[in-house]
Amino acid sequence: MIDWSPILLSIQLAFITVIILLLISIPLAFWLSNKKSKFKSVIEAIISLPLVLPPTVLGFYLLLTFSPNSSVGSFFSNYLGINLAFSFTGLVIGSVIYSLPFMLQPILTGFNGLPKSLSEASYLLGKSKLTTLLKVLLPNSKQSILTGSVLAFAHTIGEFGVVLMIGGNIPNQTKVISIAIYDEVESLNYTNAHLYSGILLAITFVILLLVYLRKNTNSNVM
Amino acid sequence: MLKFNLNKTVTNSTFELDVSFELEKGDFLSIYGASGAGKTTVLRLIAGLDNMQSGFISKQDSIWFDSLKKINLKPQLRKVGFVFQNNSLFPNMTVIENLEYALQKNQSNAIIHDLLKQIEIEDLVNRRINTLSGGQQQKVALARALVQKPELLLLDEPLSAIDNASRLSLQNLLLKIHHQYNLITILVSHNVPEIFKLSTKLLILKAGRIEKFGTPKEIFTTDTSSNEITLIGTVLDLTLLNGECSLLIQSNNGIVRQIVSETDFNNYSIGELVEVSISDYQSAVKKIVDFC
Repeated sequence: MIDWSPILLSIQLAFITVIILLLISIPLAFWLSNKKSKFKSVIEAIISLPLVLPPTVLGFYLLLTFSPNSSVGSFFSNYLGINLAFSFTGLVIGSVIYSLPFMLQPILTGFNGLPKSLSEASYLLGKSKLTTLLKVLLPNSKQSILTGSVLAFAHTIGEFGVVLMIGGNIPNQTKVISIAIYDEVESLNYTNAHLYSGILLAITFVILLLVYLRKNTNSNVM
Repeated sequence: MLKFNLNKTVTNSTFELDVSFELEKGDFLSIYGASGAGKTTVLRLIAGLDNMQSGFISKQDSIWFDSLKKINLKPQLRKVGFVFQNNSLFPNMTVIENLEYALQKNQSNAIIHDLLKQIEIEDLVNRRINTLSGGQQQKVALARALVQKPELLLLDEPLSAIDNASRLSLQNLLLKIHHQYNLITILVSHNVPEIFKLSTKLLILKAGRIEKFGTPKEIFTTDTSSNEITLIGTVLDLTLLNGECSLLIQSNNGIVRQIVSETDFNNYSIGELVEVSISDYQSAVKKIVDFC
């Protein structure tokens, strides 16, 4: 019988990451879609770094940042009583940074794909930017938000390099499913590795299937 | 009274807009000119959707924009009705939801019922936007623009993508609404018959500058005449049959064939704008000055 805690931990981590990413990415995408400055390009380049950087590089820098010897790590440790390195909180922060482009890019593409006249018409009707975002832009970008959420969820579930660097392999805290698979293979316990891999494959497939089913239903309705 | 002095330079471009004019209550101004002349930019600057370097916009005592005093009222506060060429209705809402969205804080929805009736879209209220025809969409967009009871209505080629029958009915509707709600209306249009039908004033824009400003009749026709009926139309065909030269002309009222002299015949070409004057026993045709 396999230990289910890595699976539950992965799902928990992915859910929390997606919720935090939604809260960050929606206002950030709205801001970026309305900005025309060189500063915007710098922000976009920084946010997109996890797309091209090897996860171990990102994990290494995060590990240094989370260390109690660094100013960020010591701030969290001394003032908030949270140790970021090798903890679930650290994993959440790392996952948010690592999966940010996967959530942000689809939402940004969705916002940029809407005609500019939609938000302009809303402003001319006396509505604020916040009302326009909540009542016009978001409802018309549902598909992009769903795509971003699914990509970020699946990406978080499957992450390995960053988790290994900043979280290690602590059961019930940082031992997520991808780490568990690695652990089982290292121990030559292929049966459990098969089970974990099969479950991860099934979860990812079902999520993607649901998204495509919904997407195709929507396009048929249109 | 509305006063405009609009001045905008586009970065990395030689285009510079420099336009000043005044409008009174009840004026229906059309802006006409070639593509890229700055027609839409004028509307966007008035609405506050684009920023300009210098100039001013004032409506009676309130100042919307003044570069010297550093005043720039947000589009939300200008209370302008704006109908875009297309794509401005919210697809996530039904027709009635689009109109209700436009209601201001504490505003009664009586205006919506009035507009639904006036614009004849009562039977569309629960329809989704993507199920409406182009003409129906523009009717809804017009109704939505009027919900907040603007005094200034800006129309950016709202009828350009609509079939002729719907276009004529929407022109009548625009005229009715303009008078009924006592508006100042500014219309960007490429359609000369439409301009003649709707406008009291016409502004010809060329490369960001005012080329002409006056009534459509003064500007488009070469002289004033006392003929009883004047049709504005486009030459569809030139026919030379049994020594008789004629032009086939399409106007809003239909298609007419006009006999012309052989010398005149050679001066016309297909697609040209012309004016046909019909008096008691005779008719005559002459060219319209086309500024595009």
